[in-house]
Amino acid sequence: MPLLHRIARKDHPAIAFTLDGAACEGREGDTLLTAILSQAEILRFSEFSASPRAGFCQMGACQDCWVVLEGGERLRACSTVLVAGMRIVTAKARAA
Amino acid sequence: MSARPQPLIVGAGPAGIRAAQALAEVGLRPLVVDEAPSCGGQIYRQRLVPDERSSVALYGSEAAKAEGLHRDFAALTDRIDYWPQALLWSLREGKADIAVGGASRQVAYDGLILATGATDRTLPIPGWTLPGVFTLGGTQIALKAQGCAIGAKVVFIGSGPLLYLVAWQYMKAGVSVAAVLDTAPFSAKLNLLRGLVLEPAVVLRGMRMTAELKLKGVALRYGVSDVRIEGGERVEGIAWREGGGEMHLACDGAGYGLALRSETQLADLAGCRFRFDQRDRAWLPERDAAGRSSADGVYLAGDGASIAGADAAELSGERAALALLEDRGLPHRPERAAAIEHSLARVSRFRDVLEAAFPFPAHWAKDIADETLVCRCEEVSAGELRRAAADFSLSEVNRLKAVSRVGMGRCQGRMCGAAAAELLAAETGRAIDAVGRLRSQAPIKPIPLTLALGEIAREAAE
Amino acid sequence: MSRHLDIDVAIIGGGLVGSSAALALRGMGFSVALLDKGYCGAQASGVNYGGVRRQGRPVEQLPLSQRAHAVWPRLKAQIGIDGEFLRSGHLKLARSEADMATLEAYKRSVEGHGLDLELIGHNGLRERFGWIGGDILGASFCAGDGHANPRLVSTGFAAAARRAGVHVLESTPVQGVTRNGSGFALEAGDGLSLKARYVINSAGAWAGAFAEAFGEAAPISRIYPSMVVTEPLDPVISVNIGMEGGGIYARQVERGNCVVGGERGLPLDDPDFSRPRGDGALAIMNHAAELFPGLRHAHAIRFWTGTEAATPDKNPVIGPSLTTPGLFHAFGFTGAGFQIAPGVGEVLAELVRDGATSTPIEAFSIGRFGNPTSARTHPGSGAGQNSEPQQAGEFNS
Repeated sequence: MPLLHRIARKDHPAIAFTLDGAACEGREGDTLLTAILSQAEILRFSEFSASPRAGFCQMGACQDCWVVLEGGERLRACSTVLVAGMRIVTAKARAA
Repeated sequence: MSARPQPLIVGAGPAGIRAAQALAEVGLRPLVVDEAPSCGGQIYRQRLVPDERSSVALYGSEAAKAEGLHRDFAALTDRIDYWPQALLWSLREGKADIAVGGASRQVAYDGLILATGATDRTLPIPGWTLPGVFTLGGTQIALKAQGCAIGAKVVFIGSGPLLYLVAWQYMKAGVSVAAVLDTAPFSAKLNLLRGLVLEPAVVLRGMRMTAELKLKGVALRYGVSDVRIEGGERVEGIAWREGGGEMHLACDGAGYGLALRSETQLADLAGCRFRFDQRDRAWLPERDAAGRSSADGVYLAGDGASIAGADAAELSGERAALALLEDRGLPHRPERAAAIEHSLARVSRFRDVLEAAFPFPAHWAKDIADETLVCRCEEVSAGELRRAAADFSLSEVNRLKAVSRVGMGRCQGRMCGAAAAELLAAETGRAIDAVGRLRSQAPIKPIPLTLALGEIAREAAE
Repeated sequence: MSRHLDIDVAIIGGGLVGSSAALALRGMGFSVALLDKGYCGAQASGVNYGGVRRQGRPVEQLPLSQRAHAVWPRLKAQIGIDGEFLRSGHLKLARSEADMATLEAYKRSVEGHGLDLELIGHNGLRERFGWIGGDILGASFCAGDGHANPRLVSTGFAAAARRAGVHVLESTPVQGVTRNGSGFALEAGDGLSLKARYVINSAGAWAGAFAEAFGEAAPISRIYPSMVVTEPLDPVISVNIGMEGGGIYARQVERGNCVVGGERGLPLDDPDFSRPRGDGALAIMNHAAELFPGLRHAHAIRFWTGTEAATPDKNPVIGPSLTTPGLFHAFGFTGAGFQIAPGVGEVLAELVRDGATSTPIEAFSIGRFGNPTSARTHPGSGAGQNSEPQQAGEFNS
């Protein structure tokens, strides 16, 4: 079950992205964190113990929500606006 | 206006906005730099796009204040420079390095107002890195700014007014609130009666929220300790100790926070002298009643200087701006300044009350289990810290960082610094203010290696 | 609070040189006090780049460097931790034919010193080190060199010295040291007086004043090498990287962070502390992303700088005082002290015990700066692009 539950903005325009290759939809006004965790339970695995993480502070301070795009680009999920076509990778113990 | 560079304001929350307004009123043209895409700070944070919810649904009793601030800042557009989504990552001798739009621009400024705000203060508890655990601030942002709940059945744990506020907001939004677990005993709340004299509206509002939570059947537990978040891959439940008994509850989301901690990295880089503040139990940049720091031309306002809340942030932002104007020989409204200082003194007395009502459970630090992670970034456990302190005979927190890596990761100690200091103090039998403070270094947040060296802006207002 | 200590050897400066000397001397049976004005290993020894490199050193340093080379793999036995020492190899890159010729000439000049340098051409580089981008013509590889964690090694030596019975006295600045009868009298910290038969001046960037007190000139300046550290990444940089002609050096630790240097920071108002320059750090970051395409999406998560003593000829001062029997100097490592420091500690211990050492150190005599004159520490002046990396560029690398 996804971590986050939408309460508002449910009928906003959909924004398509992929999560570990699977087609997903976010909503206009989503951060990357919201878009991913409305579909999934995790954002990434920690570098040293490969334990699941899904952010913590949601205000750009704790740095626990960095995710990777298929091209290697790294983004802080809580402070990045979802853009159509993003191809996000979470299912990797340590991203390059 | 002379050829002096313009002032720089960091942060577009309540303090930064009021500071910008006061400077613009006399014709200065400050540059306001803020990490967020729109103004408001965390407390009055705006949605990325409008949605069906009203301002009252978002900001509750503070809706008028939020709207007022947003409106006032918008009205400044032509009279200030404003860089949203900009990270000031390094600061030195009148020059700031600011990452904005994929490049780093160096800005010379004359007068710096730091309104850098605060984040949640935490102490490590077992399971606090599990998906589904968010800080209370993060829990609130999910709802307020993103219209999402962090779970279907959410537990709120910690200390501070935000604990009850966010739980109440979740309840109002129709989310099942499993429990509110307060780390302080109920008796601590009696201190709020003293607060009735100072801030009756605030205290009564808090009491009303608590009553409404109770009325809705939300379990309010006091004096909880040994809190453990349970779960394999995500939050599945919470266990705690209360009055000698073991308690347990199933939940799928947890909001956790022990009041707030000031974001002081830039004050450190700006060369401000720090002192240990017993009330905030933190090292804070020194400042006078007007907001002047120990460094020439550097002013401190809002929760980034010391925790005092949004109303005080508006006041201290304006006060700091008036101090800057006075120091620059410009009209600076001494009567207004005196009135603000009077109000801030009152807020400070109320803060004493709040601290007594919502005390920080510093004693938790010595009981952190060896296997619990203290540093979330570098994954350093309490046991590793204790061993490092013993093996290397360490008594200073920067040395502990050097050998253990605590505070060396992406967040630069924001989430673990206080806990590491508490733990070291407990381990070495020293007072918390005798183990030093983590020094800040640039970059204060991660920056891309490919960040381009942009043009050097000679003045903030160019 | 007054306290007195009567010991054989007082060591001023708890960096890697001082603490390794302390450990060695204690092992020989001497009673030792190790004094530091702050914390052991908190200055250059603990905040340098972490390169454990013989390649590129002036030939006169190589006997000492070879001696230290033998210490590094034994750290675990000697101080209880391996200090994250990795014998990764050190690869010095050449951007031009001229650089390559310099590397070739260097290889010839150090023949017989045991460095076993291997020159690698463009194609070989592509095959073996395909992760290096940019216009690199060739390189010189020293397979026996590597890198380690300076924060751990320096602190580890001091901790081992403490366990061995050395009086490790931190936050204890030495206020005065004078020759007194057959030994020395020192005043330090809060009312501490020491009587010592021997004194070792290993006070790093602060050593000049102690030398001067005994009438010896040591024209040292200060440099502030600064480092950039990335977030933890998959393996990209498999060896310790240097660049002929300077400008950049880089390594990746086992946990995945890449450490990149090549710029120098600026001193703060208190010249004991320094801070990286924003524009300088950006330049080095951009350079790293270009040279190592695997880093192009990485973020820098922290910087660090340290204060280091530099000499005009970029060789350290090591050896007995020429004015004062029983006094020994070891400072001024000019950004290249980390690898040789454990060897210097052994040499200093031999000097104290035997009055002589088996390792040639004549080139490092304090006497080379001429007759005792007024020598002062020159703060600052170390900022800017690092132009002479053969000796100084790879800070302690």
